[in-house]
Amino acid sequence: MVTTLDSDLRQRAWDAAASVVDPEIPVLTIADLGVLRDVAFDGDRVEVAITPTYSGCPAMSMIALEIELALERAGFRAPKVRTVLSPAWTTDWMSEDGRRKLRDYGIAPPRASNSRRALFGAQSVACPQCGSEDTELLSEFGSTSCKALWRCKSCREPFDYFKCH
Amino acid sequence: MTVANIQVSETPLVLYTLRRADDALILGHRLSEWCGHAPMLEEDMALSNIALDLIGQARELYGYAAKAEGGDNDEDKLAYLRDVRQYRNLLLVEQPNGDFAQTLVRQFFYSAFADLYWRAMMNSRDTTLAAIAAKSEKESAYHLRHSSEWIIRLGDGTEESHARAQGAIDQLWAFTGEMFAVDDSERGLIDAGIAIDPATLRDRWMKTVASVVTEATLALPQNNWMQQGGRFGRHSEHLGHLLSELQSMQRTFPGQTW
Repeated sequence: MVTTLDSDLRQRAWDAAASVVDPEIPVLTIADLGVLRDVAFDGDRVEVAITPTYSGCPAMSMIALEIELALERAGFRAPKVRTVLSPAWTTDWMSEDGRRKLRDYGIAPPRASNSRRALFGAQSVACPQCGSEDTELLSEFGSTSCKALWRCKSCREPFDYFKCH
Repeated sequence: MTVANIQVSETPLVLYTLRRADDALILGHRLSEWCGHAPMLEEDMALSNIALDLIGQARELYGYAAKAEGGDNDEDKLAYLRDVRQYRNLLLVEQPNGDFAQTLVRQFFYSAFADLYWRAMMNSRDTTLAAIAAKSEKESAYHLRHSSEWIIRLGDGTEESHARAQGAIDQLWAFTGEMFAVDDSERGLIDAGIAIDPATLRDRWMKTVASVVTEATLALPQNNWMQQGGRFGRHSEHLGHLLSELQSMQRTFPGQTW
């Protein structure tokens, strides 16, 4: 049975974990990203489940450490972080708020993932600076695992695109 | 080399998982050798990104192999403390980078296979392998698109790039057959619904490869003699050199951490 006290405690732990930001994209929290999956208690020890974005994303170990620190600051003793692989993370889990924050930050948010299988599918990504759809792909791979490099042909600015995954 | 090799109890599941882990680690390491050397900055980032994905996949698989073995080994020991003859990767992935065309053709042959393989593995009865596959197939789809575009650009590019791409295909073709080979140890896992029978993927792999190669105005070799051995620890002379670099820190300073 979940008492009010338990759910208050869980909410407090969730809020603390959810305040951790992605070290590469500091405007997004791990809750915005959909990386934060679960917060549970094993006795009085809190255990947070996160899911990796990309298999080799070096930010994940940093995020796990930041979560532990955030929980300790919030008064939780010896918190644990575990990684869950299933279901596999997808950019479809990114919150609307997260997408807006990304755009404001100058990164084009991911499109729906149902088109990612097309081997040479034509893509169009709106420029986060001027909103123009007249853009072109410069490189499928960008400065981090999660981004590709694009250029706007209207305002001529290069920009990052958060790849759909 | 001052540190003894570990022993691994290769039950069918451990061996199966190790083979996939070794493929990902060795190819990831090969790609990492391009870091700082690629023909342009975008490709430097692309190859390093793909390397990261592969090494991430390797870590998950090694972790699971160690768990399935149930002994003292862990992902680091499996990667750093096995010698050449204990490695189980495909001969294809250990082939040297050569020029840019050789690297991309090697990547293309492997990614076209891995993409089908991981997608099929998502239905494995082994839930951990299915979860690793669900993660990996998203990455391999992206890798396949990258290398496919390069094969077309190189093949349908200049006389020089065409010749190099064709040369790479001719040279690496004999290493593609091993991807579809199955031994008795794996057959049992296939029958149990845990492992994937790669023979069922061959037609689709050939279709993808042939369509990209044709679009690139290149040709597939008619010679179908295939080289094998990596799955059983019989490697080319190249793997030992790769491992001596990959393992040097742990062999020199055992147990060293960041």
